[in-house]
Amino acid sequence: MTILVIAEHDNAQLKGATLNTVAAASKLGGDIHVLVAGGAARAVADQAAQVQGVSKVLLADAPALADGLAENVAAQVLAIAGGYTHVLFAATASGKNSAPRVAARLDVAQISDIIAVDSDDTFQRPIYAGNAIATVQSSDPVKVITVRTTGFDPVAAQGGSAPVEDIAAVADSGLSSFVGREVAKSDRPELAGATAVVSGGRGLGSAENFKLLDPLADKLGAALGASRAAVDAGYAPNDWQVGQTGKIVAPQLYVAVGISGAIQHLAGMKDSKVIVAINKDAEAPIFGVADYGLVADLFQAVPELTAAL
Amino acid sequence: MKVLVPVKRVVDYNVKVRVKSDQSGVDTANVKMSMNPFDEIAVEEAMRLKEKGVAQEVFVVSCGTAQCQETLRTAMAIGADRAALVQTDVELQPLAVAKLLQALVQKEKPELVILGKQAIDDDANQTGQMLASLLDWPQATFASKVEVADGVATVTREVDGGLETLALKLPAIITTDLRLNEPRYVTLPNIMKAKKKPLDVLSPEDLGVDVTPRLKTLKVVEPPVRSAGVVVPDVATLVDKLKNEAKVI
Repeated sequence: MTILVIAEHDNAQLKGATLNTVAAASKLGGDIHVLVAGGAARAVADQAAQVQGVSKVLLADAPALADGLAENVAAQVLAIAGGYTHVLFAATASGKNSAPRVAARLDVAQISDIIAVDSDDTFQRPIYAGNAIATVQSSDPVKVITVRTTGFDPVAAQGGSAPVEDIAAVADSGLSSFVGREVAKSDRPELAGATAVVSGGRGLGSAENFKLLDPLADKLGAALGASRAAVDAGYAPNDWQVGQTGKIVAPQLYVAVGISGAIQHLAGMKDSKVIVAINKDAEAPIFGVADYGLVADLFQAVPELTAAL
Repeated sequence: MKVLVPVKRVVDYNVKVRVKSDQSGVDTANVKMSMNPFDEIAVEEAMRLKEKGVAQEVFVVSCGTAQCQETLRTAMAIGADRAALVQTDVELQPLAVAKLLQALVQKEKPELVILGKQAIDDDANQTGQMLASLLDWPQATFASKVEVADGVATVTREVDGGLETLALKLPAIITTDLRLNEPRYVTLPNIMKAKKKPLDVLSPEDLGVDVTPRLKTLKVVEPPVRSAGVVVPDVATLVDKLKNEAKVI
């Protein structure tokens, strides 16, 4: 049994989600190979070679793979998928984008967003925004899987010494092309992998007021998040959304400020280790999952909390 | 240009689902059902393309039980021109739906298929990408902005860390994210009009597709319950608890 893990990266850095995906692969047992498909991405392959538990790194390096176009990435995976029993992607924007293309071409079901490995063909996955957990069994010869990163503790990024093998890169499909990217530059940790997250909701009232969370996040070394209501209202950017259809996070500390706690939001954060809720409405559902609730006006409590840290 | 929009009938967004006591699944009997919210956004986007003169016809499709006709009528009340139901009582998984849609695309020859990025019941997020793969078409998932001109769809996508923009050669697949548009309200006159629009019913066999499920659901259980903690009286107590009890700061 040999497992292929598709590396998540930006051509310079191996992303943390890959470590969680390798962790899921380790639960299956068997050799773990990591595919780095990118453009000028040798540094990523070298990082992947050090990841604990990886026995081989395959590097497909070509300009057509630099921007993560799903057509090209999926074709690259399919070019080598023949030798593997399992193909694992992180359930990130890029993993979700490419994995189903691979599964459909292999004529196999995809198992999305697994949170536990029961055996080499049986997995647990959340459905209905995490309000139910399904145990599913695949009878397909190859299991194409996306891994919910919060379900698996990351393996160590260092300590391994796998060989890196260059493989032939597939040709550009010519079907799509990359036009541009607007990535918010931030010194804060990445939302999906942060150890602390400070999230704001509609209770903040405006984009201006949302800045109230900055000093608190600075003190905690936290990433910033938001509820769907806050994003829809324009208080926070799209990629801050935590919830069923946004980011799924499970930090050590999650501070929900002015968030009422719709089930779709809870779906994205209820596996956090410690949840703090600050809301002036004592009846808000967020208090039903919070370890520590503070019923207070956030405009007083947040600066006070920031000062006390 | 013809635009195809697949729509799924799902448990309504606001319903708190319950797991059946025999662990065979989620109880959907006597529960309010609606169109998957992402599919509603897809229908709306197709209508906007039609209103701009980019698309001439919006064709909606659903796969599932006879009750999916209601969902198709809703889509036609939003404005879709006609509909087809691929009717079956078999549990449909994303790969099977993608194959049914592939057969319909080959028959109907749309230049654009707009789907919701995921259904809020199985949360799979697969069908659009699978359809694109089976057809060997380009795809832009998680779209927040769509422009179509001169045989190219320029799509802005919501990705981790921000936005990216792709150019797709038509024919192509687009899947919708939440902020692509805000679907219009359905009016009573349009609901009445939708009742008269054509709705074909066909079977998976008519399309030559084997829809046998590939994944077997062994059991469905409630997630572990997170018990509510304590309400603290003030910020000082909160800081003390975080430091000395939870030890997270």
